[in-house]
Amino acid sequence: MNYNWNWGIFFELEPGASGSYLDYLIGGLGWTVVTAVFAWMLALVLGLVVGTLRTTGHKGIERICFAYTELFRNIPLLVQMFLWYFVLPELLPQQLGDAMKAMTPPWGSLVPAVLCLGLFMSVRVAEQVRSGIQSLPRGQQLAGLAVGLTRTQTYRYVLLPMVFRIILPPLTSEFLNTIKNTSLALTIGLMELTARARAMQEFSFQVFEAFAAATVIYLLLNLLVVLAMRKLEQRIRVPGFIGSQQQTVAGH
Amino acid sequence: MGGGFDFDVIERSWVYLFREGMSFTVTLTLLATMGGIVLGTLLALMRLSSYRTLNLIAGTYVNTMRSLPLVLVIFWFFFLVPYIGGWLVGSNQPMKVGAFASALITFTMFEAAFFCEIMRAGIQSIPKDQMAAGYALGLNYRQTMATIILPQAFRNMLPVLLTQTIILFQDTSLVYVISSTDFLGAAVKVANRDHRLVEMYTFAALIYFIICFTASLYVRRLQARISIIR
Repeated sequence: MNYNWNWGIFFELEPGASGSYLDYLIGGLGWTVVTAVFAWMLALVLGLVVGTLRTTGHKGIERICFAYTELFRNIPLLVQMFLWYFVLPELLPQQLGDAMKAMTPPWGSLVPAVLCLGLFMSVRVAEQVRSGIQSLPRGQQLAGLAVGLTRTQTYRYVLLPMVFRIILPPLTSEFLNTIKNTSLALTIGLMELTARARAMQEFSFQVFEAFAAATVIYLLLNLLVVLAMRKLEQRIRVPGFIGSQQQTVAGH
Repeated sequence: MGGGFDFDVIERSWVYLFREGMSFTVTLTLLATMGGIVLGTLLALMRLSSYRTLNLIAGTYVNTMRSLPLVLVIFWFFFLVPYIGGWLVGSNQPMKVGAFASALITFTMFEAAFFCEIMRAGIQSIPKDQMAAGYALGLNYRQTMATIILPQAFRNMLPVLLTQTIILFQDTSLVYVISSTDFLGAAVKVANRDHRLVEMYTFAALIYFIICFTASLYVRRLQARISIIR
């Protein structure tokens, strides 16, 4: 069992000659972060809307939101990725579909990846928002209505500001999931970190160096996010509410 | 899209999809779940033990696995397992490992980290007095764990364990990246051979949805039942 280690490989030029292999991986990290951030923004907005609507008590709306949640939760993310990338352009009106297919790389992969991940994660954000709202004492909503706020205003000025501060810890782990899940975009051709580690392995045959580097970068990125969010959590924690009390749930 | 939906390709290929693909997916899910729960429980016991070293090893393992993308882990094991195999049997060549064995090892090792966290919560949900009561009766650690604590922990966590299994079932589709023929892999092959991407991917999504949705409904009912008894 022999394996020729060559840690110097990172400073050699990658075949595309854009720089060293290290630069190549860091570039991949850039795409990972860009994809994750845009998908996360989409997930937050949609999740906020859907999660809020699920607490309004309106039968019809709640049923639609339930269907939305179940749809995105029960199809594997990889299949969803394929649906956005391969199937959607065919179902759209001809012009729009062709425009999607004609997008140059990396946009042709980035846009479907962001939409796919954003909607997939929005369901999980929605779930957090919903349980956050339901965990608030009922008196808060009643008090809001009693001082003359409308329903919308109660949500906007009383409930949601509280909810965001309470659910920040679970949202942090969902954001970490978003970062991890961007790696699935390699199946539709996005050259993010994992894809570049694999490409580096194919070019240089230094399998373990390539994956070790990617592993270290992912761990550092994780650590960075966790530390930053912990700072934020400490600042905006609501006294009296145990925010970090997380239920054990299945997931990745 | 000119021709509309072509049902014919599904009719031609569904036997292949289920016989080759779905059987791979289901076997992989079941074996990886069992292996993952066993390994995960051991990891949970290590994390809860009073030996610092065991604690540290299990903690590092679980946290590392949980911070890495599954795709990267699949690649790692795909290349690593042949080398470790070769090293174990003392040969100079990397061992030949099939796609299924590689996937099974990957998913067992990866999911163990997630099952560990679930089982840890389960064990911690049992009052400490029960442990003490076990000792008072003269049982040792192993007996107390195996006959008193773990059965209850397992039962309390059953809905979460099953939900994790559903997620594992979905995640097995990622063996696509090492070109295995699971359900999705089979659908991709047919799609590319017959140029029927829309039909095959939609069909695959539909089947996954039906299975996972039904299973999650069942888990929800189970959860309601268990929470009442408790």
